[in-house]
Amino acid sequence: MTIARPRLGIRLPDVSYRAYRVWQRNRDVYLRLWKAEVIWPLAEPLITLLALGLGLGELITETELPGNQRYIEFIAPGILAVFPMWAAAGECGWGSFFRMENQRTYHAIITTPVSIEDVITGEILWGATRGFISSVYILAVSAAFGLLDSPLALLVPVMAYISSFMFASISLSYTSVARSISSLNYFFALFITPQFWLGGVFFPLERLPEELQVAAWFVPATHVVDIYRGLVQGQLNLGHLGDLAWIAVVAAIFYYLALISMRRRLIQ
Amino acid sequence: MTKIIRARNLVKRYDGFTAVDGIDFSVRRGECFGFLGPNGAGKTTTVRMISCVSPVTEGELVVDGMDVRQGPRQIKSILGVVPQENNLDPDLSVRQNLTVYARYFDMPRELANQRIDENLALFQLVEKQHEPIWALSTGLKRRLTIVRGLMNQPKILVLDEPTTGLDPQARHLVWQKLRYLREQGVTMLLCTHYMEEAAHLCDRLVIMHQGRILVEGSPPELVEEYAGREVAEVRVSGPQRERVLAQMASRPGLTVEEVEDILYIYARTPDGRAQMADLLLESESVSYHQANLEDVFLRLTGRGLVE
Repeated sequence: MTIARPRLGIRLPDVSYRAYRVWQRNRDVYLRLWKAEVIWPLAEPLITLLALGLGLGELITETELPGNQRYIEFIAPGILAVFPMWAAAGECGWGSFFRMENQRTYHAIITTPVSIEDVITGEILWGATRGFISSVYILAVSAAFGLLDSPLALLVPVMAYISSFMFASISLSYTSVARSISSLNYFFALFITPQFWLGGVFFPLERLPEELQVAAWFVPATHVVDIYRGLVQGQLNLGHLGDLAWIAVVAAIFYYLALISMRRRLIQ
Repeated sequence: MTKIIRARNLVKRYDGFTAVDGIDFSVRRGECFGFLGPNGAGKTTTVRMISCVSPVTEGELVVDGMDVRQGPRQIKSILGVVPQENNLDPDLSVRQNLTVYARYFDMPRELANQRIDENLALFQLVEKQHEPIWALSTGLKRRLTIVRGLMNQPKILVLDEPTTGLDPQARHLVWQKLRYLREQGVTMLLCTHYMEEAAHLCDRLVIMHQGRILVEGSPPELVEEYAGREVAEVRVSGPQRERVLAQMASRPGLTVEEVEDILYIYARTPDGRAQMADLLLESESVSYHQANLEDVFLRLTGRGLVE
């Protein structure tokens, strides 16, 4: 007679190096489909830089911006932050949901020695990689426009990987409770899009009413944009360490949430 | 050890619903073991627990000497799983599907390539190896799913409804390949609701119904014990039906099962045919056949089959 084991409230997530196998799977698919995948991340940042940076920017006098920058110089670090955010969140939102529910890819993988936690970790690492790829490209475009003032800008892709890990984790946490692919629209409309427009990318946050400035502190993109401004302009200070810590804590929380929530959804 | 899988008092409950209700069985090394039953009987849940993708609620389940709770990764590394649903990777070609899958088992690339070539040849898929998944017919997808399940040279191949939705030719091809694998010594678990499939492939099987095991045995044993030798399928209605049923009592060699508007009459003794012929003389529609697994199934699950 075997006695039923009680279900433990907390179990350690079963993550292993096999997460890399899942990352490799996604990389292989990307390399197979890259021609279709690559156009949005290429076209959108470029269009935004041209339209807002050069078009709208000509109407804005330099003295209104901190450090008397040109408007295109002001938005470049923000563009570097928010398009990789879109890449990472999209990958672990629509992309992951589609793999999970429509293609049943997760179900196929977890019958092999790969655990569900490996799958989730691999997905997030891949989402972070998509953010990284996006940032490298935008960095190249920004360099071509002469918008980078400091060699510290070379650290942007490193930072992009870390912040994209955070966005991918947040996105996958939401995906783990999404009932249908259209319910992901709420996440992107109410969480990602506001960060894009209100995260301090297109105007200095000081322009917002004070209450909104406080609210902006809780928004992940604000901290990412902050760090990028420092890197691109070569002006880092201790406040940026605070931003980094903020990102690390949020990333850790949502990574853990994604792990437990996905196990609950898929292992029944 | 000759038993590769052993289950004792195995239970699976989901939020108050009991899918598997305290079953015991064991599977011998090298045999093809079948789980038969209507939809919802608990077959798939049972093999999902064996495959370590569904936690056991209660009881003991040991696969190749390892408790499923203790060693899911080790157990999964010796299993080949062929699920009911098509979950091939549509983003990849036929061959890439197998390459990527082999990596999940940490297989070195040369070895993976060698096995891919062997298994694609065995299942006659070599010419399709660079095709995308959407270009494959249902039968080809099914064969590819089996090939994928063979990549790690599993000790146990788990097949959930392997021929559902296939046309007869495709089905026979799959059966032929599975018989070949069984001859090679691969232990197989087969979930099916096709009696013919079970009779073709299984050495032993259990019939499940509502989360429990009703009977266990080899197909001929079960047919002999529960359906006898010959079966008459009779369509009668009204007073004639009543008369046939009334006369059954006086004929100990016969048993009857009512399924919808059909009476199945089973001859349990050698003179059963004569007894039947006498009884059914006046019925308008009678056909005789040799007793088979389907008769066993209908007798045991009866009207419960009709959900």
